[in-house]
Amino acid sequence: MSAIAPHSAAPRQSLLPSEEKREKLRRTRKFRDGLSRYGVGTGGLGVIFALALIFMYLFYETFPLLKPVTAEVVGSYSVAGDEVPSPTLHLTVDRFEEVGGRFSESGVITFFDARTGRILSRQQVPMPEGATVTSFGRSESRKSLFAYGFSDGSIMPVKVDYQLTYPEGRRVITPQLSFPLGESPLNLGGDETARQFAAIEIVDGRGGYVVAAGTAEGDIAMALFSTSTSMLTGTVEIRRQDFNLPNLGAPVRRLLVNESLRDLFAIDTSGVLHHFDIVDRNNPRLVGKVDLIDASGATVTAAEFLVGSRSLIVGGSDGSVSQWILVRDEASNAQNLTKIRSFRPHAAAITFIEPEHSRKGFLVGDASGTVGVHYATSSVTLKFIDVADAPINRMAVSPINRLALVESTAGDALMMLAIDNPHPQTSMSGLWGKVWYEGRDAPAYIWQSSSADDAFESKLSLVPLSIGTLKAALFAMLLATPLAIMGAIYAAYFMSAPMRKIVKPSIELMEALPTVILGFLAGIWLAPYIENNLPILVIGAVLIPTGILAWGYLWSRLPAAFRNSVSAGWEAAILIPVVLLLGWVSVSLSPWAEVTFFNGSMRQWLTDIGIPYDQRNALIVGLAMGFAVIPTIFSIAEDAVFNVPRHLTQGSLALGATPWQTVMGVVLLTASPGIFSAVMIGFGRAVGETMIVLMASGNSPIVDFSIFQGMRTLAANIAVELPETAVGSTHFRVLFLSALVLLAFTFVLNTAAEVVRQRLRKRYASL
Amino acid sequence: MKQWWKSGSPWIWLNGGAVSISIIMVFGLLALILVRGFGHFWPHAVISTTYMQANGEQVRVIGELRKSETLTAQSLREAGIPLPEEQRVATRHLLKLGNRDVTGKDFTYFVADFMGDWSYPREITVLERREWGDFYGEPVRLLQDGQTVAERDVVWGELQPRLKRSNALFEEIRGIERGAIGNINFRLERVRLDQRKAELRGTMTPELEREFAQRRESLNAEYAVLQQRLNELLQEVRRDALVMRVADGREVTIGLNAIVNAWQPNNMSIPSKVVFYVKSFYDFIFGYPREANTEGGIFPAIFGTVVMVLVMSIIVTPFGVLAAIYLREYARQGPLLKAIRISVYNLAGVPSIVFGVFGLGFFVYVLGGAIDSAFYPEALPAPTFGTPGLFWASLTLALLTLPVVIVSTEEGLSRIPSTIRQGSLALGATKGETLWKVVVPLATPAMMTGLILAIARAAGEVAPLMLVGVVKLAPTLPIDGNFPFIHLERKIMHLGFHIYDVGFQSPHAEAAEALVYATALILVLLIVALNLTAITIRNHLREKYRAESD
Repeated sequence: MSAIAPHSAAPRQSLLPSEEKREKLRRTRKFRDGLSRYGVGTGGLGVIFALALIFMYLFYETFPLLKPVTAEVVGSYSVAGDEVPSPTLHLTVDRFEEVGGRFSESGVITFFDARTGRILSRQQVPMPEGATVTSFGRSESRKSLFAYGFSDGSIMPVKVDYQLTYPEGRRVITPQLSFPLGESPLNLGGDETARQFAAIEIVDGRGGYVVAAGTAEGDIAMALFSTSTSMLTGTVEIRRQDFNLPNLGAPVRRLLVNESLRDLFAIDTSGVLHHFDIVDRNNPRLVGKVDLIDASGATVTAAEFLVGSRSLIVGGSDGSVSQWILVRDEASNAQNLTKIRSFRPHAAAITFIEPEHSRKGFLVGDASGTVGVHYATSSVTLKFIDVADAPINRMAVSPINRLALVESTAGDALMMLAIDNPHPQTSMSGLWGKVWYEGRDAPAYIWQSSSADDAFESKLSLVPLSIGTLKAALFAMLLATPLAIMGAIYAAYFMSAPMRKIVKPSIELMEALPTVILGFLAGIWLAPYIENNLPILVIGAVLIPTGILAWGYLWSRLPAAFRNSVSAGWEAAILIPVVLLLGWVSVSLSPWAEVTFFNGSMRQWLTDIGIPYDQRNALIVGLAMGFAVIPTIFSIAEDAVFNVPRHLTQGSLALGATPWQTVMGVVLLTASPGIFSAVMIGFGRAVGETMIVLMASGNSPIVDFSIFQGMRTLAANIAVELPETAVGSTHFRVLFLSALVLLAFTFVLNTAAEVVRQRLRKRYASL
Repeated sequence: MKQWWKSGSPWIWLNGGAVSISIIMVFGLLALILVRGFGHFWPHAVISTTYMQANGEQVRVIGELRKSETLTAQSLREAGIPLPEEQRVATRHLLKLGNRDVTGKDFTYFVADFMGDWSYPREITVLERREWGDFYGEPVRLLQDGQTVAERDVVWGELQPRLKRSNALFEEIRGIERGAIGNINFRLERVRLDQRKAELRGTMTPELEREFAQRRESLNAEYAVLQQRLNELLQEVRRDALVMRVADGREVTIGLNAIVNAWQPNNMSIPSKVVFYVKSFYDFIFGYPREANTEGGIFPAIFGTVVMVLVMSIIVTPFGVLAAIYLREYARQGPLLKAIRISVYNLAGVPSIVFGVFGLGFFVYVLGGAIDSAFYPEALPAPTFGTPGLFWASLTLALLTLPVVIVSTEEGLSRIPSTIRQGSLALGATKGETLWKVVVPLATPAMMTGLILAIARAAGEVAPLMLVGVVKLAPTLPIDGNFPFIHLERKIMHLGFHIYDVGFQSPHAEAAEALVYATALILVLLIVALNLTAITIRNHLREKYRAESD
């Protein structure tokens, strides 16, 4: 198209498109421009959105851990069921929270719809002619095993099972009674005289059933039933062994036998617990007596085992609630019942304790009609609910802990208590404090998350993992910081340009090496090598720096002609063969040093002087992770040093400072914020690194600062345990919490580092 | 001396030393992987020697030398080896003895002091087997249907063609099992899902039901034919067997169907060793793993890594580029820009495992669960996208590598001289036109650099992938001949995870060690190549724009 329109008389013919077309084009161009602006803007904001989403989602997953417990009465109904009204002995609910059971003193068990109270069935427990129920005992809730004591001195064990059927695809739960120890009542202690028992205990433990009963006179009789199924006929054979315990000297109020069938606890009416060792069945031994209630004049009003029967919850007439476990005494090797914690006391006397079926929580009812929700491991009282005006008589909690049935003495109405308490274990002190776990001698920080057994007390202390994380990161920084910063100063300030062209990509390559490869080499190659050649590290740490200095001095003594043949800024290249030689010398000196100083094996020598040595330990992790962190710190620090304005250094040099004085006095001072942020980012990277730690640390969650022992870090723990855990469980959410802790920690480090760097850039620009 | 100390030059030397140490560490590590990785495929000579056991008995030993080390005699004495008290150091050799099924111990240390002379008999044959690892011994007889067809010296010559035949048959069997039968199973599952879908939607009619039954019938018929062919082939492949004599003189019969490859390393010339080397390297890269991943090739892991990285590139490139353009071209100085920059640096600094946790929780359970209930109700309760898989792995890595693409693209954009932009604007182009027609095309190499770096980062990342879709052994590849060809929901294998799994979780860690080094070598080569490419492109760009802006 020609730019100059021809001058002619004819009306000028415009070559431009028509007005409308141009208008249209303008509009589409404007539209496209706007589209581009907003499209690109969305992309930019998407980055903030992505980071915020990660934060929000992790919060969202961990939030339920912090949610307070809610519990409220959602309804009530009356379950009569008996022909003659008779007091309630016990309540149960099945695991689908559909069927409830009420055991009454008439020997009738009434099953009803747990939501409405509609009666489903009534069953009568076999009772001796003319006898009445005088006492009642039960095993742990999850076993649903019960025993009635009758006025003629006989005892009837009963088991309740819930059978599941699916006719027409709908779930139907049918409660059934079974009689594991025979269908007729038993007599204990071998005597046929009618002894009225005040307390009965029945246990389905390791090695058989134990039925124990105590009288108001302080007598205790006990029988062990071991069942064996005949292979040929399929009949169940029950072997029985009876024995008596020494008299307590006071009326028996409560009897408890733990699941291992090793200990029997008899609590008398004054609140004193008599601890019997019943391992030797023929010769039960009184181990000790413990006064369970501190306050004078108060006595024990309720006592139950938590699931697993390793700890005893004791409620007193003064409203106190405490937890007791057997603790081994180092000196005498005896197991003493020890109070490990008290819960927030109730306002009135404790009347009933209901342990949860699959974890270490329990409900406590008191004489003022208040129900307390407590949790043992985290040592917290989660909630008090005023349920009734009269004392709480009986309670039942469902196996999934979402529904409880409560009966007060005021009437026969059952109140439905809906409980939302999915994560009681994760209190601040449970996650970060020392906790006295069942079966331990003292409070400790322990991470031990899972086991196949319901009765296992999961130990979710984040302390060992956090300490492991910091330990790994610190040892890595110990190696990486000096090497990276010194290297950065040299590379940015002294190194010649052609060498920088080789060194910088090499360091980038170092950063790009996958950590899985570093971890693999650390675990498979380095760890066994270092184990067999420990002195290398000591020799190398001394020999290499001194060797470099010696070489530097030697160099300055060399003839100038030779020195000048190598231009300045190539010192590092000259040093490579020197360092290699020194490394080789260290390697060859190592066996010699072991033989001379460490009796042939430094590892053995360390063990002998009391320093345990793991093959995969903090030293190996420090070396491998240090390697991974060096390039991160190096790049950022080098950037900061390199960008120090030239006129500052030139001024310093012009005033007569040596290059090194300039570095220390001017360059480092100016670049120190940048170096600081480099260290922060390096530290953040070391904290979050997973694969190296996973492969080179041994992964044992111990609280220990020894360089020769392993550790488990937060990140490695997530990688190991998250694929295995149940979605939505406390463990799952605690793992999300540890991810959030990692994220928050690195966020603070990175943000601080970035803010420092932005300031620094501004300052360089203004200098 | 004092003068020298005062001049500060010792410090300069020490700083220089730090650089030297770092450089030595990088190249030492690369060299270690190169030597160990490449060494794995070389046919090593097999040693025949005698060994005096602790009870004074002399036994014959045949094996490959794996490693020799000098230790203090004390540590060996502690391990129960009766070295004389005055001896201070001793050498021990780790020999690979193979024959795991015969002796139960395929790696053993031998102390040099108790070893006899080493010889390299030519007739020692190494068999690579499909199960139980390598076998070392001397060939005695070759059997066909139980009858001897060759003995002693002629066995070797007769073995090769027969081995070729049995391997060809084996390939055919595997082809049928993997290809045709896999395809039938896939279609059967499709029929089941279609039927369930029709039932759920309530569109089931008797005709439809009959059609499903018919489809199933015809597939089952196809299957029966294949099964018969398979049985014939299995019969065929079992025809030949080889009798080998092991070190202690026992004779062991091994069916040729169990042998992958046979060679006599002491009898090979250098060229034939090179040919062998190339072939085993090829088999390693293109073969499938055997024996719980401790033997055979790593093809599924390479394939899985590549596919995952490609899907990730498709996701990360547009987002990263848009974000970078926004930062450089549109955003105004202010708190928002600051916040975005801080977010970018934070995303780069978030521990990778946190991305994995987020990916598992949000992508897999939340998004995947929603997709399943919306689009795949017929497969429930078996999850389709509600379980870790290729797509979620790629998406998680895309998030992880986003900052890499942003930083690199932004750097590229910042290097484009502003005169070019101003020129375009002066000619009347809108900002958008300037951007898309002038600036972005000029910055494509920078974007490529970013993408390559992102790929390199993603290929080496393992921790988050363990949570969102990488498994130790995936039964199927994510791309195959069945519609829709790319199966985004499938689980994949990954080179990095393969290293972790085989190196740390495998029952035969020692036997697998060489293979892990080889896998590490492949991964390192891939990543080094990608990084060097990126660095070269970037340096080239810098030079170019320096010239233009001058």
